[in-house]
Amino acid sequence: MPRFYSSTFNDTSMTAQPDRRGSFWRDLDWILLISAIAVTILGSILVWSASRADMASETDPQSYLKRHLINVVVALGLGYVASRLSYRWLHAFTPVLYGAALVLLLLPFVPFIGVTIAGARAWIDLPGGLTLQPSEFMKIAVILMMAVLLSERVDIASEPTTRDVVLSLIAAAVPVGVILLQNDTGTVLILGAIAISIVAVSGVKTRWLVGLIGGSAAVVLIAIQLGLLKEYQVERLTSFITPDADTAASAYNANQARIAIGGGGWSGTGLFEGPQTQGKFVPVNESDFIFTVSGEELGFIGSFIIIALLGIVLWRAALIAWRADDRYGRLVATGVLAWLAFQTFENIGMTLGIMPITGIPLPFVSAGGTSMMAVWIAVGLLQTVRLHGARTAI
Amino acid sequence: MVDRSNLRLAILSILVFSLLATLVARLFYLQVVTGDEYRAAAANNTVREVVEPAVRGLILDQAGRPLVSNRTSIVVTVDRQVLKQEREGGAKVINRLAKILGVTPVSISERLLPCGTEGAPKPPICWNGSTYQSVPVARDVDPQTALTIMEKRSDFPGITAKLEAIREYSAPFGVNAAHILGYLGPVTENQLTEQEADATQRVAYDRFRKTDVVGRSGLENYYDDVLRGKPSVTTLEVDTSGQVTGTVDQKPAIAGSYLVSTIDAKLQSVVEGQLVAAVQRAQAQGYPGDSGAAVVVDVRNGQILAMASYPTYDPAIWIGGVTQKQYKALMKSDSLSSNATQGLFAPGSTYKVVSTAAAGKEGFSLYSDYSCPKNIKLGTQVFRNYESSAYGRIPLARALEVSCNTVFYGIADRMWDQAGGGDATRDSPDPIAEAAQMFGFGSRTGIDLPVESAGRIASRAFKVQNWEAKRDTWCENAVSGYPETRKTDPKLADYFTAIDKENCADGFRWREGDALNAAIGQGDTAVTPLQMAMAYAAIANGGKVYEPRLVKAVMGADGSVVEEMKPVVKSTVDVPKSTMTFLRNSLPGVTSNGSGETPFIGFPLDQIPIASKTGSAQVTGDKVSTSWFASYAPANKPKYAVVVMVTQGGTGSKTSGPSVRKIYEALFGVNGQSVNPARSVLVGGTPSKKLPVIRPDGTPVVPKGKDSGVVTAQSRDESRSRTE
Repeated sequence: MPRFYSSTFNDTSMTAQPDRRGSFWRDLDWILLISAIAVTILGSILVWSASRADMASETDPQSYLKRHLINVVVALGLGYVASRLSYRWLHAFTPVLYGAALVLLLLPFVPFIGVTIAGARAWIDLPGGLTLQPSEFMKIAVILMMAVLLSERVDIASEPTTRDVVLSLIAAAVPVGVILLQNDTGTVLILGAIAISIVAVSGVKTRWLVGLIGGSAAVVLIAIQLGLLKEYQVERLTSFITPDADTAASAYNANQARIAIGGGGWSGTGLFEGPQTQGKFVPVNESDFIFTVSGEELGFIGSFIIIALLGIVLWRAALIAWRADDRYGRLVATGVLAWLAFQTFENIGMTLGIMPITGIPLPFVSAGGTSMMAVWIAVGLLQTVRLHGARTAI
Repeated sequence: MVDRSNLRLAILSILVFSLLATLVARLFYLQVVTGDEYRAAAANNTVREVVEPAVRGLILDQAGRPLVSNRTSIVVTVDRQVLKQEREGGAKVINRLAKILGVTPVSISERLLPCGTEGAPKPPICWNGSTYQSVPVARDVDPQTALTIMEKRSDFPGITAKLEAIREYSAPFGVNAAHILGYLGPVTENQLTEQEADATQRVAYDRFRKTDVVGRSGLENYYDDVLRGKPSVTTLEVDTSGQVTGTVDQKPAIAGSYLVSTIDAKLQSVVEGQLVAAVQRAQAQGYPGDSGAAVVVDVRNGQILAMASYPTYDPAIWIGGVTQKQYKALMKSDSLSSNATQGLFAPGSTYKVVSTAAAGKEGFSLYSDYSCPKNIKLGTQVFRNYESSAYGRIPLARALEVSCNTVFYGIADRMWDQAGGGDATRDSPDPIAEAAQMFGFGSRTGIDLPVESAGRIASRAFKVQNWEAKRDTWCENAVSGYPETRKTDPKLADYFTAIDKENCADGFRWREGDALNAAIGQGDTAVTPLQMAMAYAAIANGGKVYEPRLVKAVMGADGSVVEEMKPVVKSTVDVPKSTMTFLRNSLPGVTSNGSGETPFIGFPLDQIPIASKTGSAQVTGDKVSTSWFASYAPANKPKYAVVVMVTQGGTGSKTSGPSVRKIYEALFGVNGQSVNPARSVLVGGTPSKKLPVIRPDGTPVVPKGKDSGVVTAQSRDESRSRTE
């Protein structure tokens, strides 16, 4: 077990311990790492099952799985790199990373580079048939940028100034605006949750927080009222309430997803045996609707294990935030916690018919290289925060 | 500030875990609480199967002639979903259809009612298939009518005429063989529920489907899985609107295998004709002659060469489903079950071979003289000879020839005494019953048909069983004294009451009279004509009771041999060899110089000696005796056993005997005094040792010329091809 950490803040020292290098593997949060790896492996199996039917006619039916596994390996590498970063480096490079992420985010608007998938113009075409979703990296950039801006003051006891809060909100609002233009509603919701959580935990006055939440709600309502949201966006958001009322396109996904999950029962149909999954009834079930595969083929038991593993990851993230020795670390961990938590809830919730259908992946589980890399970088960042605390703790 | 941050982080954490808990709760609700609904929805929604049944295998006779084949026919079907949307449920459409088909509207509408709904007729008339399936209402519709229906679409919404493969009874030489071949019908609810219970069958692609047509009786039923083959199943993937989005799976059909029957069509036709002749002979004597059976078996392997039952029916009426009227008539005529395999009859004197075998085994001298008085008295009961003839002291062989009952009464009486007489226990020896068991009576023969009767042997054991089953009723009647009968006929009521009193008290007792009756095949003994044939075949072949076979091989539609059936010995008649020899030496005398002599006058017995035994079994009530003639030939080198039986037909010799003679004449090619195997109904004078040849296109090679027997079928085919 890693050694005991004080749960109170300790900003007395940023001096390095002499055994800094040797303690990396020992001080790593192994519970976090192992849970994340376990849920990634489970996810890969589900991706395999989901892609089998689609790839059955290809020369190599396993090609999709292979690509996914390559993504996982790259993601693990990036996560390792992220866990090796120092606060100093992060502080120095956050503006650069943020700027780069923003440029990437704008690329889908460039003709011949941008790709529209499922109504959202949020992808960049890469050579070799690969696509990149820059909004995933944007989540990391926003977390890092807001954390930097809100922890300008070294004194943890003092709350962020109005200027800090406004700047950090602008840092979040700019990409939100861009992503709204790309019709990627789901990512907007996640970014909103991240921003509100970071601002809240930064210790701002309660009236700021109330104003922020109230303002966001008002913006959404006005957008719907003024017809700024396209019809299909409204439909997507409302169809989950009455999925049986209309079996046409908007509720089709929701219905099929619930049939698949409901059909799984206690122990599921067994891997590769789910009629809904193998019959390709649930659309995009290798990415956004991956949880339906687990629900149908692994049943309640398997799906519970996936939620439990994700729960452990979130528990460790909360613990790292709690034990972080400075505001920066705490805000980074809080951002990651909010991100993974709300994305998990939104993704699984939509397959279970309790959340509107939006196109966002399930962390660690869904296929999709960019998402996989982003969440593993997030795990790396959590480790960085933890390792920083470990180094500075007495 | 630290406190505020901590508090908010705590709230965020609690919120996060509440969200996860919500997911788990919702998941549990969907999967465990309401899972069943979704499973049903999933099954409904994913795939649709398009099933084309495989071509059903043919049934050939031993020479390769098709007994049952397939042909195409124009079938008119009704789509009830479309009809429902018409005014008055499409009553006018049905009227128009009935008019053009020349039937009553009711006969169409009764077929459209799903079985089990209110007012629906019984299966097989009601519709057994799925709601979405079109219901066939007429088959063999002439092309002109079909064209009219298809051209006037607006007059016939939901009505379709299409080509369909259906069963055809080729009937070479006009054979009927209805009880052997059986018929097809919709799959039964039983078969479907049984299949539901078996997880592996439930998902198998060649499982029964509600609209499947399966063998319901005879060979069609017994060998159904062989004949049916495997259907082609195309599994289509559909979306929620029922639109086909792709093909998930495609399994090609595997044609059903062919059965090569042991039946010879030409011989079968002779036997069927001779059975009818025997029945007519009985009726000409003024007897009812209400039913009958005839069996020809190869004594060397148990193969049935011909088997007929009277009355019979036209198997073709099942094609396309019978009408209610036809079905009622069928039930009334009692022609659905086979008298040869399911009918139970007192064997009468034909059973004396069993008593003789028992006597031999018990050490009775087979070559001594036995007394043959005209009757034996037991107390008030008198046991008589047929027509009260008396022959004095005669050898046992002579007793068989003239069928002297009193000789066998004497033997049975001695056996009964030796077993302890009135003091015998239920475990005391019962030699005649034991011998009967060895001959295969009282148990199923094991023929390859779905149903047959086991029959029963009058014995100590049977009496006890019977008493245990009926005692309560007897005792009740003994007390109540038949009050209903007493109102009209007090004397008869007294008589009944007395009998039931006796039965109630000691109906289990194997009395002397029971023993005497049993020795001559009377009393409780009941056998099927098939059992009788197998028993005489056993005498002929030296004691082997074969399991009778109707199929000698299963062949693939490509001509390959799938399986050749080997003869199976069911039981062996375990009596001293000398006893079998005695029987084999004595029975030819019945034909040449005994009770079976009359029908064979003029038959070349010197060339083809015939071993036989007649029987005229008494039946309770005022009924006329059952006429039996059991035999095998040639007696010196046995090949075939022939049994003919007519109920209420008079004597075996007068009614059944002449038919047996005609059958032998056909088998051996007898004409007057001359015997010529070339004239035999069997091609080559003997059952074919080789299996028929099936051409690559699936058609069998049949004997040429007049031996083909397909004249009628061929001309029918020609006339059809002209009209189509």
